[in-house]
Amino acid sequence: MRAKLIDNNLTEPMEKVSYRNLPSQLSLVLLAFMLMFSISHSALAINTVLPTQTIDTVAGEALFKANCAACHKLYKKAVGPALFEVGDKYDKEWLYSWIKNSQALVKSGDAKAVEIFEENNKSVMTAFPVLSNGDIDNILAYTYKKKSLPPIPTEGDLAVENVGGGVSNDIILGILSLIFLMLIVLLFLVNKTLRNFADQQGIEFETPEVRTPIWKAFVQNQFLILVTTIMLLLGAGYYMFGYFMQIGVDQGYAPVQPIHYSHRIHAGDNKIDCNYCHSSARKSKTSGIPSLNVCMNCHKTISEVADATQAEGNEFGVDYNAEIQKLYLAAGWDEATQAYTGDVRPVRWLRIHNLPDFAYFNHSQHVTVAGIECQKCHGPVEEMEIMEQFAPLTMGWCINCHRETNVNMKDNEYYEKIHEELSKKYGKDKLTAAELGGIECGKCHY
Amino acid sequence: MFRENMVSGKKYWKSVEELNENSAIVEKLRQNEFVEPIPTDEFLGDKDTLEASSTTRRDFLKYVGFTTAAASLAACEGPVVKSIPYVVAPDEIVPGVANYYATTMADGFDFANVLVKTREGRPIKIERNDLAKNGGSVNARVYASVLSIYDINRLQGPKINREPVSWEEMESVFIKRMNEMAGKDVVLLTQTFASPSTSKLIRSFTTKYPNVRHVIYDTVSSSEALDAFQNKYGTRALADYDFSKAEVIVSVGADFIGDWQGGGYEASYAKGRIPMDGKMSRHIQFEANMTLSGANADTRILATPSQQLQIVKALTGGSASGLPDTIVTAVNSAIAQLKKAGNKGVVITGLPDVKAQAMTLDCNEGSEVMNTTHPRLTAMGSNSEVNNVMNGVANGSIKGLITVGVNPVYSFPNEAFAQGYKNLELSMAFSMKEDETASMAQLVAATPHYLESWGDVQIKKGTFNLIQPTIRPLFDTKQFQECLVKWIDNGDSYYDYIKDTWSSTILTDGGSWNQALHDGVVESTFDVVSDADTTDGEIETSTSNEALSAPLQGGLELTLYTKTGMGDGQQANNPWLQELPDPITRASWDNYITVSMADATKMGLENFNVSNGALNGSYVDVIMGDVTVANVPVLIQPGQAKGSVGLALGYGRTASVQSEMQTGVNAYRLYNNFSSIQNVVLEKVEGIHKFACVQLQNTMMGRDIIRDTTLEIFNTKDVNDWNPPVTVSKDHQKILASSPDADLWEAFDHSVGIHFNLSIDLNTCTGCAACVIACNSENNVPVVGKNEVRRSRDMHWIRIDRYYSSEGSFADDTEKKDNISGLGSSLSNYAELESASANPQVAFQPLMCQHCNHAPCETVCPVAATSHGRQGQNQMVYNRCVGTRYCANNCPYKVRRFNWFLYAKNDEFDYNMNNDLGRMVLNPDVVVRSRGVMEKCSMCIQMTQKTILDAKRDGREVKTGEFKTACSAACETGAIKFGDVNNHENEIFELKKDNRMYYLLESVGTKPNVFYHTIVRNTNEA
Repeated sequence: MRAKLIDNNLTEPMEKVSYRNLPSQLSLVLLAFMLMFSISHSALAINTVLPTQTIDTVAGEALFKANCAACHKLYKKAVGPALFEVGDKYDKEWLYSWIKNSQALVKSGDAKAVEIFEENNKSVMTAFPVLSNGDIDNILAYTYKKKSLPPIPTEGDLAVENVGGGVSNDIILGILSLIFLMLIVLLFLVNKTLRNFADQQGIEFETPEVRTPIWKAFVQNQFLILVTTIMLLLGAGYYMFGYFMQIGVDQGYAPVQPIHYSHRIHAGDNKIDCNYCHSSARKSKTSGIPSLNVCMNCHKTISEVADATQAEGNEFGVDYNAEIQKLYLAAGWDEATQAYTGDVRPVRWLRIHNLPDFAYFNHSQHVTVAGIECQKCHGPVEEMEIMEQFAPLTMGWCINCHRETNVNMKDNEYYEKIHEELSKKYGKDKLTAAELGGIECGKCHY
Repeated sequence: MFRENMVSGKKYWKSVEELNENSAIVEKLRQNEFVEPIPTDEFLGDKDTLEASSTTRRDFLKYVGFTTAAASLAACEGPVVKSIPYVVAPDEIVPGVANYYATTMADGFDFANVLVKTREGRPIKIERNDLAKNGGSVNARVYASVLSIYDINRLQGPKINREPVSWEEMESVFIKRMNEMAGKDVVLLTQTFASPSTSKLIRSFTTKYPNVRHVIYDTVSSSEALDAFQNKYGTRALADYDFSKAEVIVSVGADFIGDWQGGGYEASYAKGRIPMDGKMSRHIQFEANMTLSGANADTRILATPSQQLQIVKALTGGSASGLPDTIVTAVNSAIAQLKKAGNKGVVITGLPDVKAQAMTLDCNEGSEVMNTTHPRLTAMGSNSEVNNVMNGVANGSIKGLITVGVNPVYSFPNEAFAQGYKNLELSMAFSMKEDETASMAQLVAATPHYLESWGDVQIKKGTFNLIQPTIRPLFDTKQFQECLVKWIDNGDSYYDYIKDTWSSTILTDGGSWNQALHDGVVESTFDVVSDADTTDGEIETSTSNEALSAPLQGGLELTLYTKTGMGDGQQANNPWLQELPDPITRASWDNYITVSMADATKMGLENFNVSNGALNGSYVDVIMGDVTVANVPVLIQPGQAKGSVGLALGYGRTASVQSEMQTGVNAYRLYNNFSSIQNVVLEKVEGIHKFACVQLQNTMMGRDIIRDTTLEIFNTKDVNDWNPPVTVSKDHQKILASSPDADLWEAFDHSVGIHFNLSIDLNTCTGCAACVIACNSENNVPVVGKNEVRRSRDMHWIRIDRYYSSEGSFADDTEKKDNISGLGSSLSNYAELESASANPQVAFQPLMCQHCNHAPCETVCPVAATSHGRQGQNQMVYNRCVGTRYCANNCPYKVRRFNWFLYAKNDEFDYNMNNDLGRMVLNPDVVVRSRGVMEKCSMCIQMTQKTILDAKRDGREVKTGEFKTACSAACETGAIKFGDVNNHENEIFELKKDNRMYYLLESVGTKPNVFYHTIVRNTNEA
């Protein structure tokens, strides 16, 4: 109904995605089950770090990460060229002077320097006059570090795990089930013996009189049928009501996005402030889906995730590096030349939180004025691998919060007068949003 | 029935076969539904087969039931909404936050400096630019211009011989053709640009091609006034007036509150109309048509145009002989008052006569009101030059014509012009639309809307305004100036050109370009060469107007005028303007000939209401010499001078105008010699015209709706005499309607926090209707079309009621009503009170939801969809409304509007909300209402809420005067004021305490939050 009618051609029937994880979860269980009985042998993967020189590669690594990693990668071109075994390509003395002040070298007309400068889009490398030759040696040593292959989960690894608890569980379960079986057999035997005993003693069993079966009695009792019917109808009504009330309430809606974006990694592990990407939440009614240039602020240099992170991705069936490549494709970023091609493919995200058009909601009112945490409505986003709708977003939910929440009026001149007047009127210091008129129809519906 | 009415004449092909004229099938289909009779008997008659069929009726119903159930279950799933963010977001755009840009509209008819509100990069609303003091007036057409940018009928790219081409091709063809034309007479016919840069560019164009002549053509001419001014002051410009300084204003046929000489005088006029220290200006109007100025005048004297000419002469020292006695008395009184006012008096005239114009200029010499040192440059056309062009093209002496921003094929009176235009060796049109001219031109250069353009305008001498784009061109368009810069001047862009021009001229006294761009306006003493200075040659003063000097025997004197909605007709395809009711006649979607009651009776012309209340009227042919405009609807206009008629220009457009909006007749055919006064004969013809008139009762019949009094009474008598408190009867005792005893309900507590009130000063409301369009644009008010308006289903949230007095004045009406006693006198007198007087007093009353504190609508809503807010607003919740319409029935003000249909995305209402382009104008903060819900003025709650939120976010109190509604922000005269009455520093608090304040229908006990101010008329003679 609202003015966004234009966008309606984007709507398509909803894809059901709630059980998206089901197959993978099932397969995990199956895998674990199979592993229980598997016999295994181990073959430890060895991370081979070749001590090339006697120099301190550990210090080199620290220096590299502190000074160089923003623009250089070991095995791949970033802003600057890949540095793997760079010591072999250039003369050491030349490298010293280049690293300490590359621009001076370029200006002096050094052919090699000019060539590198031209090759890398004339981006100026920061001068590092503070690095001593020793430091540079350390860094260079570190650049000889071979690319470590991601650890392949081998049978050996898993076998070690099996020793831990799998076998004992198995045995206990087996023993338990055996005992159980034996008990049943014993029960039968005892029963049989007792009967035989009774026969021999000539004890008469009381033959139970033939009673009307319970179901027949039930059918014959009209009162019971009436009561049951009413109960059934009431029950059905209750569940029907429940069913109808959840129509259009998409709590838990977690659609598959065109690019897998993990809030867990960004907001959780890396502790990026929500407002960094959703910057308009502070000043606008919409929080804003970040434009791709915001992603590229960081991802220009982060083209690959750490190996550990990538391994975590396997848990969710996601290849993070491939997702970053999707981002590059959308933003038109050519990694090889480190430049935008201009061939962009705007991402069609699936909107998760959909308020109906006739309800007006303003983020800045809640974020900036009230100072409410994003998590209050959006849930523990920093733990969500896949973003989902946390709150029901129903009117009852909104109103409830407005009734319960005291308005944060501290240091806000706007509220000074009204606070004074209203607290006199209601005879209390803290005022809820509802008491300020926050549940009037016209405040959200116009 | 319904469809027939809804779809007016648009023809759709059902198949290609229909193109074949003699197709038997098509003929047959016209009569029958199918070509061959359906063999129903074969099927139904065969009983055996029928019985053998396995699908019984019951089975069929089961299937239907199952499918329906399945379909509705499937519908329970919500839609997937996709959101596409920017790839690279522009720095200045924050989604959900509006940006404002200052720019200027200058379409040759309307010149106004405006502020454009854009959301997510698309302009959605025009607002006034408070920084522009001399920025022209932002009238209804300017507010509506934002919709014209989203017109689907715009030209989407350049065309040569009606085939789309590229701009490169256009350029090469243009240069080639211009070279071929060397030595031949080519005319560059343009609108008035009043632009320093354009003027410079055109000069270099005519230097490069010396065979090109530049002629300025104002579609609605002010040539005589320009001639008179040029003769006296040497510049081709129009004198500017500041009516706030006037004590006595005498206007002879000049509708200065309307569009006279560019219009826009209502603001300064209104300043002088507020009685202060016992004084206000006195306004005497001599006129033939009922105009906005006449409606606002203290004294209005009927005079035909030929009489007006004599009146001007008499006022400026000539003799008044030959005029009727009533007019002579009025003239003498006016002369005496002017004399008394000294240099605070002013005489103006709208007569298309150089002498009359010169006489008023002479008369005003030394008057404080007139300003000739900083004249207006918004019109520069010369009738004789334009006439030469028109005739030159018609007789073939002119070989080439390049038109820019004008549409001569439509607006030239000479019908031979169109034929001549076809035969031109070179015809090129720079146009936004494939209009009448462009559709016949060989080369058509598609131009952008002003909201997509760069430019500069000198509206008044010394005040320079900038035009800047607010959106990228929607189509493949290029400005005329851009083309000249690239094709003639070899420059980079027009933007650089303007910047260069400005930095070397206007900004030489230290102004900054960025500041100028931000403000949109710069005052500079630099004397820029303009078209007004370059016009040379003899000015003909002898062209006496035939129609004025020698009225035709047995004929009527026609005054051609422009309507508030349509102006000169450029925005004919703008549904907001089409549906805007004329402030005087209250008719929309039409032009019509206004006739006095006396003349109508004589000719047997009539207006009558049909059973649903809608207005119908006769048709006439308007004949002027050998020109006939056929089938013009007749509207009988109270206050039309006997022997005169009026007809609005700007209607009857057909080319590139949607069929629904091809309304009215083309009155330019009667615009002979570009003179607004013509002699015509009316001939009644068969047929009945259906008007879409929104007001059916024209008089108040002595009721207490609009209060008015005279300045004398206002000054001398007690307030209880002229603005008495309203009383009601309780237990047979008269008590004040405002006393708590008269209340059924408990009062709301409005003492805490914000309490909104809206004040409307009826003295300064001129009826200009800018607020109506501003409201449409702010609140997504739908356009419903002529037929729906005729059914009184117009959706405007604010309307301006216009009332005529039945006797000489409203006071006389009240007296007449009070003197009624007995059945006989009540029957006859009430019947008389229903019809308006021949020269009535007029009053305007803007009416929107009164936001009652005891709202009758709230108590009757069965679903509580309308409720009261503590800020005083009566809130309407559309999603809660079930459409019982009880509220509308219970509203004493008739301000609630019901959505009878879905007006968006509905082919039956094929206006701006039915296409993607037109929907871009919608305000994203306001819901587009659906079918079956009630709607009404919300007191712009989205604007007040935003103001509050801005203050909260900044951690400050709301500034005094910060609250605004669309109507109060649009009101140029300051008649509508809005604010928080609990903040005693606000103007609204003072206005509420004012003596003139009264509530509309206070006796009903609604306790509105909207109040009015009594009209005070300065009827003091001399």
